Amino acid sequence: MSRLRRFLSTPEAVAGALILALLAVMALVAPLLFSGDPQAIAGPALQPPFQDWSLPLGTDRLGRDVLAELFHGARTSLAVGLAAAAAALLIGAVVGTLAGFAGGLVDEVLMRVTDAFQTVPSFLLALAFVSIVGPSLGVVVAAIALSAWTGPARVARAEVLSIRERDYVAGARVIGMHPLEIAFREVLPNALPPVLALSSVIVAAAILTEAALSFLGLGDPNRVTWGGMIAEGRTVLRTAPFLSIVPGVALVLTVLGVYLAGEGVVESTAVRRSLS
Amino acid sequence: MSVLAVSSLTKRYRRGSKPFAAVDDVSFEINPAETLALAGPSGSGKSTIARLVLRLIEPDAGRIAFEGADFLALSGAALRARRARLQMVFQDPLAAFNPRATVARVLDDPLRIHNIATRAERPRRIAALLERVGLDAGLAARAIHEISGGQRQRVAIARAIATRPSLIVLDEAVSALDVSVRGQILELLLDLQRQERIAYLFISHDLGVIRAVAHRVVILDAGRIAESGDARAVIADPQSAIGKALVAATPRLTRSRP
Repeated sequence: MSRLRRFLSTPEAVAGALILALLAVMALVAPLLFSGDPQAIAGPALQPPFQDWSLPLGTDRLGRDVLAELFHGARTSLAVGLAAAAAALLIGAVVGTLAGFAGGLVDEVLMRVTDAFQTVPSFLLALAFVSIVGPSLGVVVAAIALSAWTGPARVARAEVLSIRERDYVAGARVIGMHPLEIAFREVLPNALPPVLALSSVIVAAAILTEAALSFLGLGDPNRVTWGGMIAEGRTVLRTAPFLSIVPGVALVLTVLGVYLAGEGVVESTAVRRSLS
Repeated sequence: MSVLAVSSLTKRYRRGSKPFAAVDDVSFEINPAETLALAGPSGSGKSTIARLVLRLIEPDAGRIAFEGADFLALSGAALRARRARLQMVFQDPLAAFNPRATVARVLDDPLRIHNIATRAERPRRIAALLERVGLDAGLAARAIHEISGGQRQRVAIARAIATRPSLIVLDEAVSALDVSVRGQILELLLDLQRQERIAYLFISHDLGVIRAVAHRVVILDAGRIAESGDARAVIADPQSAIGKALVAATPRLTRSRP
């Protein structure tokens, strides 16, 4: 409880939490509020916002409800952002722990693979992956995770290198614990906090990458995405700028919210660490 | 037959570019229910020997026979199984446990790994172990960082005896404890030795403690054995320069000499 209070003690964290809460609510109520297909035609094409209150944010080039698209887009953005970040953190933590704990040849091989992934620009990697495998939500998540796991892997390895020299790891060996159990049960949980501190950056980057992929037409075609909405609006940017601005603002706010909330979490845990 | 026989043990490290021997041609034996102390100044190789004996690091040369079998020949699952008989208690009881662990988990691990008790039996075994080292069984649910240093070292001893070892390496096991607790822990160790016939490799720089608990002592200097023999005799009349220096550095020992 006191941890929550400490988290909410900075205005940035409160703002971030509010934005994320709003986003989560949008994603959750989207199928209730806009039960039909958000890609179905709902009215006349290119209706400006705030004219017809049954279509508050107007319609796009094909006459689709922009508000419905926005709500359903929140689902995609959140799902992709969280799933990709979770996958990246999982892969990174496992690879980093194995490399740091095993040392020697295993370490060399795993870290050279990490280097290889890091030398390729991450967006290019995601782009190439999706263009080869084909656009679907799962592939997009995999592509983003593939380009984002190297950071967590490096942080986890550095942390594991320091933890594996501690007495309690020697103690675990003395009682005959299997090396894999030592790595994943004794070492990894204690190496996680700095890795998890990366999560807000990764979630934000994942949301942006997903939007960029969709903007380039490599998103899942069966789902509404904010990146796709911006791409749609681009062709009529002069006559109906709101079609690009509305999802663009949503994207900016979401990424901002993730950063602020992430910063708040890091801040509050830092305080807790220095107190103990 | 000896529990542990170490012969010509050598471990070299590199300091900058020039190699030096942290442990140089060290040989000793420990008999069942016997306490052998390793004494010596900082950097004399005491802790390196402990880690070599426990196979936490590998020697460059020498042999280790544990319970009559070549201990260095073991690897993998065979080594892990054998480790049940050879346990260790560390100096800093806080650093020796996973900071997230509870007392119950710390004691559960050896019982589970070596199949000593079924899952259903283990809570009872854990309670018995805690009582054996003079702790309340209710302590099991507490986190390691919630109990006192003396209690933590008792838990460490309980963990070490959980697998019924024949030898426990005590690496400065009482050095970090305050004086009143130290006496109780030494009492507990002597009591366990009498009842379970456990041998101790007792590493300490404190000759007062060594004289109180050890049968024999080996005094190390820069990785080599300077002298060895009956603990009381060596401490009363050290022959080596380093032995004399260690005794002289312990004022109450020189004063108590007749």
